[in-house]
Amino acid sequence: MTARDISLTVNGEIRRANVMPRMTLVDLLRDVLGLTGTHIGCEHGVCGACSILLDGVPVRSCLIFAVQADGHEVTTVEGLADGDGEIGDLQDAFWECHAMQCGYCTPGMLIAGHALLAENPAPDTGEIREAISGNLCRCTGYTQIVEAIALCAARRREGEG
Amino acid sequence: MKAAEFDYIRADSVAAACAALAAAGPGEERKIIAGGQTLVPLMAMRLARPALLVDIDGIPGLDGIEARDSYVAIGAMTRQRAAELSPAVRDAVPLLARALRFVGHVQTRNRGTVGGSLVHGDPSAEIPLAAVALDAELEAEATGGKRTYAAASFFEGPMVTAIAPDECLVEARFPVWNGGRIGAGFQEVASRRGDFAIVAAAAQVALDGGGTCTRIAAALGGVAPGPVRIAALEDALAGTRLEDGAIDAALASVGGAIEPDDDLHATAAYRGRVAEVLLGRAIREARDEARA
Repeated sequence: MTARDISLTVNGEIRRANVMPRMTLVDLLRDVLGLTGTHIGCEHGVCGACSILLDGVPVRSCLIFAVQADGHEVTTVEGLADGDGEIGDLQDAFWECHAMQCGYCTPGMLIAGHALLAENPAPDTGEIREAISGNLCRCTGYTQIVEAIALCAARRREGEG
Repeated sequence: MKAAEFDYIRADSVAAACAALAAAGPGEERKIIAGGQTLVPLMAMRLARPALLVDIDGIPGLDGIEARDSYVAIGAMTRQRAAELSPAVRDAVPLLARALRFVGHVQTRNRGTVGGSLVHGDPSAEIPLAAVALDAELEAEATGGKRTYAAASFFEGPMVTAIAPDECLVEARFPVWNGGRIGAGFQEVASRRGDFAIVAAAAQVALDGGGTCTRIAAALGGVAPGPVRIAALEDALAGTRLEDGAIDAALASVGGAIEPDDDLHATAAYRGRVAEVLLGRAIREARDEARA
Protein backbone atom coordinates (compact mmCIF):
# COMPACT_ATOMS: atom_id res chain seq x y z
CA MET A 1 0.00 0.00 0.00
CA THR A 2 1.49 3.25 -1.13
CA ALA A 3 0.99 6.65 0.43
CA ARG A 4 0.32 9.46 -2.02
CA ASP A 5 1.11 13.15 -2.05
CA ILE A 6 -2.00 15.24 -2.45
CA SER A 7 -2.72 18.93 -2.67
CA LEU A 8 -6.08 20.54 -2.16
CA THR A 9 -7.49 23.95 -1.37
CA VAL A 10 -9.06 24.10 2.09
CA ASN A 11 -10.89 27.27 3.10
CA GLY A 12 -8.93 29.18 0.49
CA GLU A 13 -5.46 27.87 1.40
CA ILE A 14 -3.50 25.28 -0.51
CA ARG A 15 -2.74 22.36 1.80
CA ARG A 16 -0.48 19.42 1.04
CA ALA A 17 -0.34 16.04 2.72
CA ASN A 18 1.02 12.55 2.28
CA VAL A 19 -1.81 10.09 2.90
CA MET A 20 -2.64 6.42 2.65
CA PRO A 21 -5.51 5.78 0.22
CA ARG A 22 -7.74 4.45 3.01
CA MET A 23 -7.74 7.78 4.88
CA THR A 24 -11.11 9.51 4.58
CA LEU A 25 -11.32 13.20 3.81
CA VAL A 26 -12.80 13.94 7.24
CA ASP A 27 -9.84 12.22 8.93
CA LEU A 28 -7.48 14.29 6.79
CA LEU A 29 -9.27 17.49 7.77
CA ARG A 30 -9.35 16.72 11.49
CA ASP A 31 -6.27 14.63 12.20
CA VAL A 32 -3.77 15.94 9.66
CA LEU A 33 -4.88 19.50 8.98
CA GLY A 34 -6.17 20.18 12.50
CA LEU A 35 -9.58 21.42 11.37
CA THR A 36 -11.70 19.81 14.06
CA GLY A 37 -14.80 21.88 13.35
CA THR A 38 -16.07 19.12 11.06
CA HIS A 39 -17.40 16.30 13.21
CA ILE A 40 -17.37 12.55 12.67
CA GLY A 41 -20.52 10.65 13.53
CA CYS A 42 -21.43 7.40 11.84
CA GLU A 43 -18.56 7.08 9.36
CA HIS A 44 -20.80 5.47 6.77
CA GLY A 45 -22.76 8.32 5.30
CA VAL A 46 -25.94 8.31 7.37
CA CYS A 47 -25.68 11.10 9.95
CA GLY A 48 -24.39 14.11 8.02
CA ALA A 49 -22.20 15.43 10.88
CA CYS A 50 -19.16 15.45 8.56
CA SER A 51 -20.79 17.55 5.82
CA ILE A 52 -18.44 19.91 4.00
CA LEU A 53 -18.52 21.76 0.69
CA LEU A 54 -16.51 20.08 -2.08
CA ASP A 55 -16.12 22.33 -5.11
CA GLY A 56 -18.95 24.40 -3.67
CA VAL A 57 -21.58 21.73 -3.07
CA PRO A 58 -22.41 19.89 0.16
CA VAL A 59 -21.10 16.33 0.47
CA ARG A 60 -20.26 13.89 3.24
CA SER A 61 -16.54 13.89 3.96
CA CYS A 62 -16.65 10.39 5.50
CA LEU A 63 -17.71 9.00 2.09
CA ILE A 64 -14.74 10.46 0.23
CA PHE A 65 -11.19 9.23 0.48
CA ALA A 66 -8.69 12.06 0.86
CA VAL A 67 -6.89 10.92 -2.31
CA GLN A 68 -10.09 11.54 -4.28
CA ALA A 69 -10.06 15.17 -3.18
CA ASP A 70 -6.59 15.77 -4.63
CA GLY A 71 -6.80 18.93 -6.74
CA HIS A 72 -10.23 19.91 -5.45
CA GLU A 73 -11.54 22.71 -3.27
CA VAL A 74 -12.94 22.13 0.22
CA THR A 75 -14.81 24.48 2.54
CA THR A 76 -15.33 23.37 6.13
CA VAL A 77 -17.40 24.98 8.87
CA GLU A 78 -14.28 27.01 9.79
CA GLY A 79 -14.52 28.55 6.31
CA LEU A 80 -18.07 29.82 6.83
CA ALA A 81 -16.94 32.58 9.19
CA ASP A 82 -15.08 35.65 8.06
CA GLY A 83 -11.38 35.73 8.76
CA ASP A 84 -11.79 38.20 11.62
CA GLY A 85 -12.74 35.55 14.17
CA GLU A 86 -16.37 36.60 14.30
CA ILE A 87 -19.04 34.02 13.47
CA GLY A 88 -21.05 34.40 10.27
CA ASP A 89 -24.69 35.45 9.99
CA LEU A 90 -26.00 31.87 9.75
CA GLN A 91 -24.05 30.89 12.85
CA ASP A 92 -25.38 34.02 14.55
CA ALA A 93 -28.93 32.94 13.73
CA PHE A 94 -28.24 29.45 15.15
CA TRP A 95 -27.01 31.08 18.37
CA GLU A 96 -30.02 33.38 18.58
CA CYS A 97 -32.59 30.63 17.94
CA HIS A 98 -30.80 28.21 20.26
CA ALA A 99 -30.50 25.87 17.30
CA MET A 100 -28.10 23.54 19.08
CA GLN A 101 -27.98 21.53 22.22
CA CYS A 102 -25.03 19.16 22.32
CA GLY A 103 -23.57 20.74 19.19
CA TYR A 104 -22.57 17.51 17.52
CA CYS A 105 -24.65 17.99 14.38
CA THR A 106 -24.08 21.75 14.25
CA PRO A 107 -21.23 21.94 11.71
CA GLY A 108 -23.12 19.66 9.33
CA MET A 109 -26.33 21.62 9.82
CA LEU A 110 -24.49 24.87 9.13
CA ILE A 111 -23.02 23.46 5.92
CA ALA A 112 -26.44 22.17 4.82
CA GLY A 113 -28.09 25.49 5.64
CA HIS A 114 -25.33 27.47 3.96
CA ALA A 115 -25.62 25.39 0.77
CA LEU A 116 -29.39 25.77 0.72
CA LEU A 117 -29.29 29.56 1.08
CA ALA A 118 -26.65 29.82 -1.63
CA GLU A 119 -29.04 28.36 -4.19
CA ASN A 120 -32.38 29.41 -2.69
CA PRO A 121 -32.43 32.75 -0.81
CA ALA A 122 -36.08 32.37 0.20
CA PRO A 123 -36.70 28.72 1.15
CA ASP A 124 -40.01 27.74 2.73
CA THR A 125 -40.16 25.47 5.76
CA GLY A 126 -40.54 22.36 3.60
CA GLU A 127 -37.48 23.23 1.57
CA ILE A 128 -35.43 23.85 4.71
CA ARG A 129 -36.53 20.53 6.18
CA GLU A 130 -35.65 18.78 2.92
CA ALA A 131 -32.21 20.43 2.89
CA ILE A 132 -31.36 19.19 6.39
CA SER A 133 -33.07 15.81 5.98
CA GLY A 134 -29.68 14.17 5.59
CA ASN A 135 -28.43 15.53 8.91
CA LEU A 136 -29.31 13.83 12.18
CA CYS A 137 -29.74 15.88 15.35
CA ARG A 138 -29.59 13.36 18.18
CA CYS A 139 -31.06 15.97 20.56
CA THR A 140 -34.03 16.27 18.14
CA GLY A 141 -33.77 20.06 18.12
CA TYR A 142 -34.89 20.35 14.51
CA THR A 143 -37.51 23.03 15.04
CA GLN A 144 -34.99 25.64 16.16
CA ILE A 145 -32.58 24.66 13.39
CA VAL A 146 -35.29 25.24 10.79
CA GLU A 147 -36.15 28.56 12.46
CA ALA A 148 -32.52 29.65 12.47
CA ILE A 149 -32.04 28.99 8.76
CA ALA A 150 -35.30 30.84 8.01
CA LEU A 151 -34.21 33.78 10.21
CA CYS A 152 -30.87 34.06 8.43
CA ALA A 153 -32.58 33.93 5.04
CA ALA A 154 -35.05 36.67 6.06
CA ARG A 155 -32.25 38.90 7.37
CA ARG A 156 -30.23 38.49 4.19
CA ARG A 157 -33.27 39.42 2.10
CA GLU A 158 -33.92 42.49 4.28
CA GLY A 159 -30.28 43.46 4.01
CA GLU A 160 -30.53 43.45 0.26
CA GLY A 161 -33.89 45.28 0.16
CA MET B 1 -15.75 1.93 10.53
CA LYS B 2 -12.56 2.43 8.56
CA ALA B 3 -11.91 0.81 5.21
CA ALA B 4 -9.22 -1.87 5.01
CA GLU B 5 -6.02 -0.92 3.23
CA PHE B 6 -6.06 -0.66 -0.54
CA ASP B 7 -4.11 0.87 -3.37
CA TYR B 8 -5.50 3.63 -5.52
CA ILE B 9 -4.98 4.87 -9.02
CA ARG B 10 -6.66 7.58 -11.06
CA ALA B 11 -7.48 6.51 -14.60
CA ASP B 12 -7.28 9.18 -17.28
CA SER B 13 -9.31 7.21 -19.83
CA VAL B 14 -11.85 4.39 -19.90
CA ALA B 15 -9.25 2.26 -21.68
CA ALA B 16 -6.78 2.84 -18.85
CA ALA B 17 -9.43 1.99 -16.25
CA CYS B 18 -10.31 -1.24 -18.09
CA ALA B 19 -6.63 -2.17 -18.43
CA ALA B 20 -6.15 -1.70 -14.68
CA LEU B 21 -9.17 -3.89 -13.94
CA ALA B 22 -7.99 -6.57 -16.38
CA ALA B 23 -4.55 -6.70 -14.75
CA ALA B 24 -5.96 -8.07 -11.47
CA GLY B 25 -4.02 -11.05 -10.16
CA PRO B 26 -5.71 -14.33 -9.20
CA GLY B 27 -8.19 -13.73 -6.39
CA GLU B 28 -7.38 -10.04 -6.32
CA GLU B 29 -10.38 -7.74 -6.34
CA ARG B 30 -10.06 -4.47 -8.20
CA LYS B 31 -12.99 -2.11 -8.26
CA ILE B 32 -13.93 1.11 -9.93
CA ILE B 33 -14.76 4.02 -7.65
CA ALA B 34 -16.96 6.72 -9.17
CA GLY B 35 -18.86 8.78 -6.57
CA GLY B 36 -18.28 6.19 -3.85
CA GLN B 37 -21.61 6.74 -2.13
CA THR B 38 -22.43 3.03 -2.13
CA LEU B 39 -18.91 1.60 -2.26
CA VAL B 40 -17.33 3.62 0.56
CA PRO B 41 -19.96 2.58 3.17
CA LEU B 42 -19.50 -1.05 2.05
CA MET B 43 -15.74 -0.63 2.52
CA ALA B 44 -16.17 1.12 5.87
CA MET B 45 -18.23 -1.84 7.07
CA ARG B 46 -15.66 -4.20 5.54
CA LEU B 47 -18.35 -5.77 3.36
CA ALA B 48 -16.06 -4.88 0.46
CA ARG B 49 -12.26 -5.13 0.65
CA PRO B 50 -10.91 -4.37 -2.82
CA ALA B 51 -7.13 -4.47 -3.20
CA LEU B 52 -7.16 -1.63 -5.69
CA LEU B 53 -9.56 1.20 -6.44
CA VAL B 54 -9.56 2.64 -9.95
CA ASP B 55 -10.91 6.20 -9.77
CA ILE B 56 -12.82 7.17 -12.93
CA ASP B 57 -13.72 10.68 -11.71
CA GLY B 58 -12.34 13.16 -14.18
CA ILE B 59 -12.14 10.90 -17.22
CA PRO B 60 -13.13 13.22 -20.08
CA GLY B 61 -16.48 12.43 -21.66
CA LEU B 62 -17.69 10.05 -18.98
CA ASP B 63 -20.18 12.48 -17.53
CA GLY B 64 -22.84 14.47 -19.28
CA ILE B 65 -26.40 14.17 -20.46
CA GLU B 66 -27.34 14.15 -24.10
CA ALA B 67 -30.87 14.02 -25.52
CA ARG B 68 -30.98 12.08 -28.77
CA ASP B 69 -34.06 11.16 -30.83
CA SER B 70 -35.18 8.01 -29.13
CA TYR B 71 -33.32 8.16 -25.83
CA VAL B 72 -31.48 10.30 -23.32
CA ALA B 73 -27.88 9.17 -22.86
CA ILE B 74 -26.44 9.69 -19.38
CA GLY B 75 -22.71 9.23 -18.89
CA ALA B 76 -21.91 6.77 -16.12
CA MET B 77 -20.00 9.38 -14.09
CA THR B 78 -22.88 11.89 -14.19
CA ARG B 79 -23.74 12.97 -10.65
CA GLN B 80 -27.23 12.06 -9.54
CA ARG B 81 -27.87 15.68 -8.64
CA ALA B 82 -26.91 16.82 -12.15
CA ALA B 83 -29.34 14.32 -13.67
CA GLU B 84 -32.05 15.38 -11.20
CA LEU B 85 -31.70 19.03 -12.25
CA SER B 86 -31.28 18.35 -15.98
CA PRO B 87 -34.04 19.83 -18.16
CA ALA B 88 -33.41 17.06 -20.72
CA VAL B 89 -34.10 14.37 -18.11
CA ARG B 90 -37.10 16.23 -16.69
CA ASP B 91 -38.70 16.74 -20.10
CA ALA B 92 -37.83 13.49 -21.84
CA VAL B 93 -37.52 10.91 -19.05
CA PRO B 94 -39.92 12.21 -16.39
CA LEU B 95 -39.96 8.98 -14.40
CA LEU B 96 -36.20 9.09 -13.88
CA ALA B 97 -36.35 12.74 -12.84
CA ARG B 98 -38.97 11.88 -10.26
CA ALA B 99 -37.09 8.83 -8.98
CA LEU B 100 -33.86 10.79 -8.53
CA ARG B 101 -35.41 13.02 -5.88
CA PHE B 102 -35.74 9.94 -3.67
CA VAL B 103 -32.10 8.87 -3.99
CA GLY B 104 -30.38 9.48 -0.65
CA HIS B 105 -29.97 13.13 0.27
CA VAL B 106 -28.74 16.16 -1.60
CA GLN B 107 -25.29 15.65 -0.01
CA THR B 108 -25.05 12.11 -1.40
CA ARG B 109 -26.63 13.01 -4.77
CA ASN B 110 -24.01 15.71 -5.24
CA ARG B 111 -21.38 13.00 -5.17
CA GLY B 112 -23.14 9.75 -6.12
CA THR B 113 -23.36 8.85 -9.80
CA VAL B 114 -26.06 7.42 -12.01
CA GLY B 115 -23.69 4.67 -13.16
CA GLY B 116 -22.58 3.75 -9.67
CA SER B 117 -26.12 3.20 -8.48
CA LEU B 118 -26.81 1.01 -11.51
CA VAL B 119 -23.76 -1.26 -11.19
CA HIS B 120 -24.25 -1.81 -7.45
CA GLY B 121 -27.83 -2.97 -7.94
CA ASP B 122 -29.25 -2.49 -4.48
CA PRO B 123 -32.67 -4.20 -4.65
CA SER B 124 -34.45 -1.13 -3.31
CA ALA B 125 -32.46 1.54 -5.16
CA GLU B 126 -34.43 4.02 -7.24
CA ILE B 127 -32.27 4.41 -10.36
CA PRO B 128 -32.22 0.66 -11.15
CA LEU B 129 -36.01 0.67 -10.66
CA ALA B 130 -36.45 3.48 -13.17
CA ALA B 131 -34.06 1.71 -15.57
CA VAL B 132 -36.08 -1.51 -15.46
CA ALA B 133 -39.40 0.31 -15.73
CA LEU B 134 -38.25 2.19 -18.83
CA ASP B 135 -36.20 -0.60 -20.48
CA ALA B 136 -32.96 1.35 -20.31
CA GLU B 137 -29.85 0.08 -22.09
CA LEU B 138 -26.55 0.01 -20.25
CA GLU B 139 -23.33 0.19 -22.21
CA ALA B 140 -20.16 -1.19 -20.69
CA GLU B 141 -16.62 -1.20 -21.98
CA ALA B 142 -13.81 -3.68 -21.41
CA THR B 143 -10.39 -4.05 -22.99
CA GLY B 144 -11.90 -6.43 -25.56
CA GLY B 145 -14.69 -4.11 -26.66
CA LYS B 146 -18.13 -2.79 -25.78
CA ARG B 147 -21.23 -4.62 -24.65
CA THR B 148 -24.80 -3.41 -24.21
CA TYR B 149 -26.95 -4.82 -21.44
CA ALA B 150 -30.72 -4.61 -21.22
CA ALA B 151 -31.79 -3.32 -17.82
CA ALA B 152 -34.38 -6.11 -17.67
CA SER B 153 -31.65 -8.76 -17.32
CA PHE B 154 -28.89 -6.65 -15.70
CA PHE B 155 -29.99 -6.87 -12.06
CA GLU B 156 -29.33 -10.48 -11.09
CA GLY B 157 -29.81 -10.34 -7.33
CA PRO B 158 -29.24 -8.17 -4.27
CA MET B 159 -26.07 -6.16 -5.01
CA VAL B 160 -25.28 -8.47 -7.94
CA THR B 161 -25.39 -7.21 -11.51
CA ALA B 162 -24.36 -8.70 -14.84
CA ILE B 163 -21.39 -6.38 -15.30
CA ALA B 164 -18.09 -8.29 -15.46
CA PRO B 165 -15.20 -7.53 -13.08
CA ASP B 166 -13.13 -6.10 -15.94
CA GLU B 167 -15.91 -3.92 -17.36
CA CYS B 168 -16.58 -0.23 -16.83
CA LEU B 169 -20.11 1.07 -17.32
CA VAL B 170 -19.87 4.08 -19.62
CA GLU B 171 -23.41 5.11 -20.44
CA ALA B 172 -27.05 4.49 -19.55
CA ARG B 173 -29.61 5.13 -22.28
CA PHE B 174 -33.15 5.85 -21.15
CA PRO B 175 -35.79 5.60 -23.91
CA VAL B 176 -37.84 8.70 -24.65
CA TRP B 177 -41.57 8.17 -25.10
CA ASN B 178 -42.72 10.12 -28.10
CA GLY B 179 -46.38 10.71 -28.82
CA GLY B 180 -49.24 11.45 -26.48
CA ARG B 181 -49.19 13.16 -23.14
CA ILE B 182 -46.68 11.61 -20.76
CA GLY B 183 -46.91 11.49 -16.98
CA ALA B 184 -44.80 9.84 -14.30
CA GLY B 185 -45.32 8.77 -10.71
CA PHE B 186 -42.89 7.60 -8.07
CA GLN B 187 -43.81 6.54 -4.55
CA GLU B 188 -41.84 5.00 -1.74
CA VAL B 189 -41.91 4.08 1.91
CA ALA B 190 -38.64 4.35 3.85
CA SER B 191 -37.83 4.40 7.56
CA ARG B 192 -36.47 7.91 7.23
CA ARG B 193 -36.41 10.48 4.45
CA GLY B 194 -33.63 9.50 2.04
CA ASP B 195 -33.09 6.00 3.42
CA PHE B 196 -33.24 3.04 1.10
CA ALA B 197 -36.84 2.24 0.27
CA ILE B 198 -38.64 -0.57 2.03
CA VAL B 199 -40.86 -0.59 -1.05
CA ALA B 200 -40.72 1.74 -4.06
CA ALA B 201 -43.15 1.98 -6.97
CA ALA B 202 -42.61 3.58 -10.38
CA ALA B 203 -45.04 4.27 -13.21
CA GLN B 204 -44.96 6.16 -16.46
CA VAL B 205 -47.99 6.48 -18.72
CA ALA B 206 -48.85 7.95 -22.13
CA LEU B 207 -52.39 9.14 -22.86
CA ASP B 208 -53.79 9.94 -26.30
CA GLY B 209 -55.91 13.02 -26.99
CA GLY B 210 -59.03 11.27 -25.75
CA GLY B 211 -57.45 10.22 -22.45
CA THR B 212 -56.92 6.57 -23.36
CA CYS B 213 -53.72 4.97 -22.09
CA THR B 214 -51.59 4.01 -25.08
CA ARG B 215 -48.55 2.94 -23.12
CA ILE B 216 -47.77 2.16 -19.49
CA ALA B 217 -44.69 1.01 -17.58
CA ALA B 218 -45.08 -0.11 -13.98
CA ALA B 219 -42.39 -1.56 -11.72
CA LEU B 220 -41.65 -2.21 -8.08
CA GLY B 221 -38.48 -2.19 -5.97
CA GLY B 222 -37.77 -3.77 -2.58
CA VAL B 223 -40.06 -6.73 -3.17
CA ALA B 224 -37.75 -9.10 -5.08
CA PRO B 225 -33.99 -9.63 -5.55
CA GLY B 226 -34.09 -6.84 -8.15
CA PRO B 227 -36.60 -4.38 -9.60
CA VAL B 228 -39.62 -6.10 -11.19
CA ARG B 229 -41.93 -5.04 -14.00
CA ILE B 230 -45.58 -5.86 -13.41
CA ALA B 231 -46.33 -6.93 -16.98
CA ALA B 232 -49.80 -8.35 -16.36
CA LEU B 233 -50.90 -5.04 -14.85
CA GLU B 234 -49.44 -3.11 -17.77
CA ASP B 235 -51.31 -5.36 -20.22
CA ALA B 236 -54.55 -4.94 -18.28
CA LEU B 237 -54.34 -1.15 -18.19
CA ALA B 238 -53.14 -0.39 -21.72
CA GLY B 239 -56.14 0.68 -23.75
CA THR B 240 -58.18 1.78 -20.73
CA ARG B 241 -58.77 5.35 -19.59
CA LEU B 242 -56.99 4.53 -16.30
CA GLU B 243 -60.12 4.96 -14.23
CA ASP B 244 -59.61 4.27 -10.52
CA GLY B 245 -61.68 1.09 -10.78
CA ALA B 246 -59.55 -0.29 -13.58
CA ILE B 247 -56.35 0.49 -11.67
CA ASP B 248 -57.64 -1.15 -8.50
CA ALA B 249 -58.66 -4.27 -10.42
CA ALA B 250 -55.32 -4.50 -12.19
CA LEU B 251 -53.41 -4.27 -8.91
CA ALA B 252 -54.59 -7.79 -8.13
CA SER B 253 -51.80 -9.05 -10.40
CA VAL B 254 -49.07 -7.51 -8.22
CA GLY B 255 -49.02 -10.36 -5.70
CA GLY B 256 -48.12 -12.98 -8.30
CA ALA B 257 -45.27 -10.93 -9.75
CA ILE B 258 -43.29 -10.21 -6.57
CA GLU B 259 -41.39 -12.31 -4.04
CA PRO B 260 -40.99 -10.13 -0.96
CA ASP B 261 -38.87 -11.27 1.99
CA ASP B 262 -39.04 -10.67 5.71
CA ASP B 263 -36.19 -8.63 7.13
CA LEU B 264 -35.35 -6.31 10.00
CA HIS B 265 -37.35 -3.46 8.45
CA ALA B 266 -40.59 -5.11 7.36
CA THR B 267 -42.37 -8.42 6.96
CA ALA B 268 -43.04 -9.96 3.57
CA ALA B 269 -46.78 -9.49 4.13
CA TYR B 270 -46.31 -5.78 4.83
CA ARG B 271 -44.16 -5.36 1.74
CA GLY B 272 -46.74 -7.13 -0.42
CA ARG B 273 -49.56 -4.94 0.85
CA VAL B 274 -47.58 -1.71 0.57
CA ALA B 275 -46.43 -2.66 -2.94
CA GLU B 276 -50.03 -2.74 -4.17
CA VAL B 277 -50.97 0.53 -2.48
CA LEU B 278 -47.88 2.41 -3.66
CA LEU B 279 -48.13 1.16 -7.23
CA GLY B 280 -51.75 2.29 -7.32
CA ARG B 281 -50.71 5.72 -6.11
CA ALA B 282 -47.83 5.91 -8.60
CA ILE B 283 -50.11 5.06 -11.52
CA ARG B 284 -52.68 7.65 -10.42
CA GLU B 285 -49.91 10.23 -9.98
CA ALA B 286 -48.67 9.50 -13.50
CA ARG B 287 -52.18 9.59 -14.94
CA ASP B 288 -53.05 12.88 -13.26
CA GLU B 289 -49.83 14.45 -14.53
CA ALA B 290 -50.54 13.26 -18.07
CA ARG B 291 -54.10 14.60 -17.90
CA ALA B 292 -53.04 18.00 -16.57
